[in-house]
Amino acid sequence: MKPFLMAILLALSLPVLADSPASPPASAPKQALPNAEDPVIEQRLVNLAEDLRCLVCQNESLAGSHAELAEDLRREIRGQMKAGKNDKEVIEYLTTRYGDFVLYRPPFKPVTYLLWLGPLLFLAIGAAAWYATLRRRRAAQSIPVDEKKLAAAAQLLDEK
Amino acid sequence: MKRWLPLVLFVVLVGFFAKGLFLNPREVPSPFIGRTAPAFTLPLVGNASASFSPADMKGRVWMLNVWAPWCVSCRQEHGFLMQLAQSGTVPIVGLNWKDKDREAAQLLAQTGSPYVAVPEDLDGRVGIDYGVTGTPETYIIDKEGIVRLKHVGPISPEVWKDKFEPKLKELGA
Amino acid sequence: MIPELGHFALIIALLLALIQAALPLYGAQRGNLTLMAVARPAAQGQFVFVALAFGCLAYSFLTNDFSVENVARNSFSQLPEIYRFTATWGSHEGSMLLWVLILAFWSTAVSVFSRHLPEDMAARVLGIMGLISIGFLAFLLTTSNPFERLLPAAMDGNDMNPLLQDWGMIIHPPMLYMGYVGFAVAFAFAIAALLSGKMDVAWARWSRPWTTVAWAFLTLGIMLGSWWAYRELGWGGWWFWDPTENASFMPWLAGTALIHSLAVTEKRGAFKAWTVLLALIAFSLSLLGTFLVRSGVLSSVHAFATDPARGAFILGFLAVVIGGSLALYAWRAPKMITGSGFTWFSRESLLLANNVILVAALGAVLLGTLYPLFMDAMGLGKISVGPPYFNAVFVPLMAPALFLMGIGPLARWKEASLPDMVVRMKWALGVALATGLLLPLTLDGFKPWASLGFFLAAWIALAVLTAFVDRLRHGQGSLGQKLATLPRGFWGMQLAHFGMAVGVAGIAVVANYATERDVRMDVGSYAELAGYTFTFRGTTEHDGPNYRAARGTVEVGKNGKTLSILHPEKRVYNASGMAMTEAAVRPVAFTDIYVAMGEQLDDRGAWTVRLFYKPFINWLWLGAAFMVVGGFLAASDKRYRIALRRSDVSKNLAAQGA
Repeated sequence: MKPFLMAILLALSLPVLADSPASPPASAPKQALPNAEDPVIEQRLVNLAEDLRCLVCQNESLAGSHAELAEDLRREIRGQMKAGKNDKEVIEYLTTRYGDFVLYRPPFKPVTYLLWLGPLLFLAIGAAAWYATLRRRRAAQSIPVDEKKLAAAAQLLDEK
Repeated sequence: MKRWLPLVLFVVLVGFFAKGLFLNPREVPSPFIGRTAPAFTLPLVGNASASFSPADMKGRVWMLNVWAPWCVSCRQEHGFLMQLAQSGTVPIVGLNWKDKDREAAQLLAQTGSPYVAVPEDLDGRVGIDYGVTGTPETYIIDKEGIVRLKHVGPISPEVWKDKFEPKLKELGA
Repeated sequence: MIPELGHFALIIALLLALIQAALPLYGAQRGNLTLMAVARPAAQGQFVFVALAFGCLAYSFLTNDFSVENVARNSFSQLPEIYRFTATWGSHEGSMLLWVLILAFWSTAVSVFSRHLPEDMAARVLGIMGLISIGFLAFLLTTSNPFERLLPAAMDGNDMNPLLQDWGMIIHPPMLYMGYVGFAVAFAFAIAALLSGKMDVAWARWSRPWTTVAWAFLTLGIMLGSWWAYRELGWGGWWFWDPTENASFMPWLAGTALIHSLAVTEKRGAFKAWTVLLALIAFSLSLLGTFLVRSGVLSSVHAFATDPARGAFILGFLAVVIGGSLALYAWRAPKMITGSGFTWFSRESLLLANNVILVAALGAVLLGTLYPLFMDAMGLGKISVGPPYFNAVFVPLMAPALFLMGIGPLARWKEASLPDMVVRMKWALGVALATGLLLPLTLDGFKPWASLGFFLAAWIALAVLTAFVDRLRHGQGSLGQKLATLPRGFWGMQLAHFGMAVGVAGIAVVANYATERDVRMDVGSYAELAGYTFTFRGTTEHDGPNYRAARGTVEVGKNGKTLSILHPEKRVYNASGMAMTEAAVRPVAFTDIYVAMGEQLDDRGAWTVRLFYKPFINWLWLGAAFMVVGGFLAASDKRYRIALRRSDVSKNLAAQGA
């Protein structure tokens, strides 16, 4: 009974679901439903979960992992977002339970200042080295020829 | 002098690597150490009318052992936990985690139960609240209900001696 | 018997490596020609025996000899033959043997193509490579013997990780190692220069082609790894900044800086200390990568069986080789600093700026990769550093370098004129800016990073065009004749830079305009993505040689017409029980339509399916291919081969007693 009912419901809701002019295939066209109920929340979830670490496999993001804990956590996050929590609150929810380890984007705290500012520091040091090298090279190439010394040398050679 | 810089930096790096060989990068530390154990109320396995809550254990030092019937490593530590329970050193509460097929009661009937209570966490919600990433994981919670230690993996006699015993002594178990 | 033969061959190879290192290095120090001449035959002999050992291991795999532990752990009787062969290097021990084989191969290549080098330099280069061989052969024989027996023999193997059962995996490791290990040649040249105290322009000319070829192989290896991950892992991504990926990317960054530094040293005799240091760093990073992936110090999806004991050996080896080379550098480098002057706006200064940026980027990647270890080692807690960090830090750093790529090749050596450059490049700049601003609007809307990417890509491409126009403007003859006379070095450089532009453009599009959908599909239902219609026709049971699969059928159509039929699979491998998704990827011009099966939902054949639209992703692989070809082209420039011929002539003359 149920599948029949489902088919009727789907067929009836087609005009609502179909949102593009592309012609669907001929027999009993059914548009596939998104895995998620709310695409907006789902997009938020995916964006956030891509920056989170799967704690089981540990080298996949929470967005892509198929591990059961990952499914559970995604479900939790979905629930939190539906309840109106913003991204920051969701992140806090996770870090109070799993620590900073769960974040793929390291927080900006005193202990990670070096991490975040390091690259800039490297660039600055490099730029300073570049400048210093250039000054040295410019000096090397612009040593003026001392005319008097040249003349004295020529004289010495002539005398010899 | 800056020509020595690369070598100096490298030596420092080697120092870190040498230390790193003794560390385990996959171990997730628990942010709960020193914090109050999260509250919950769960029905018991095989007895839905009764429930368990961490508040029930206030005034005593106790262990929360997160386990599951489908977990192979949990069987490894089961024997040791039975011994522990018989010696009466510290009460063990067995949080039954994500046991969708509800096999816990039957398994414990077969193997014996080292637990004073077995709350049932079917969907893993409480597990998430405790930062559980797998089984078995064991917490030591003190008389005020504060988490003092978390161990990931089965408890072996060595682990017990090195990690658990000193902590329990310290807490006045 | 065969495994024991292989084992024995490795021992002989070690002895030969000892000879290859000790005698020539001593001989070079003493000026003893006889001792120096030992290098070549020793290197070639070592290669023969290592190849023999490798052959023995491959034979054990191909014949399913499960009495060899390595075979039992990594292979399976139902594994297709080609994968039984590639399983030879699918494990820690096997891949180390491959490392050693490729090192021996490079040593042999150097021994053959080094007739034009002074004897002491050739002896030193081969001797240093011999030292490295000793370390790795010793490592193999003491901690990682691939010929360890398993007694009693297993009935069958544990199977190869399904992820490795793909032909991308067949070529990726050998190409990667050709690159990684190829930097050992540049390293050896640098050490030889430091030891002898001599480093003239000729040195740069000799070492440059070797370095460029190694770099080209490394580029190829990295690209294959990325392409494989994209096709095999089913998440649609192509780079995760995983520690192992970074372990191969860091030598690439150093290698890129090195080939540019070598250009300056060869042309103008400047940057000698820089070049030597970069050569040491590039190979050191290769060794570091080997350590990181095998020691268990970092957690990575790619890591081999981790073992702290092995880690300790490699670390010790690292400390000796890298520490020793950096100490030698600190001691000897100042003697080499000479070099002509140049002004603040010249090709030298621009190349120096380019190298500064590359090294800063390298530092950033190293910092991000190792920071979790730093913190953990100091008891500061555990953090994760992942793609958000690396993307945030790497892209802004590289942007200026990409911009410089447009100006550098067009600037004159020693002193270039900025006003002149502005005049030459003003229309290129204008067109590039317009492209950056307008192109996003023709796609899915303005996105700042895409805009920047398009600008830089167009800028570089137009600079390449400008270079050709400038070159072809002068001289006589038809266009064809003039093109033919352009040196390969020029072609190679322009092609490689152009490849970079293509790659950057591809990344700009796919990173910003890709779309995906995660849908539940009943049999007969359809979903739409990016103007395409995907109709799910259900799954069929399909058995492979060593797996069982549910094979989906998805019709892809556009505007009512069927474009193609895709067959993504969800496989379960027999031996391991591991499930894996085999995505179906359909290129449409440079774009990919990508379908991956998720999970089976119910008994009526409904599945979750992930659909991806990946615009211009193939420009990544194309761009990388251009870079690889460009590298090989540049290395085959005739000025490197003329040197060879001239030395032949002089040898002939010498032989005739002239």
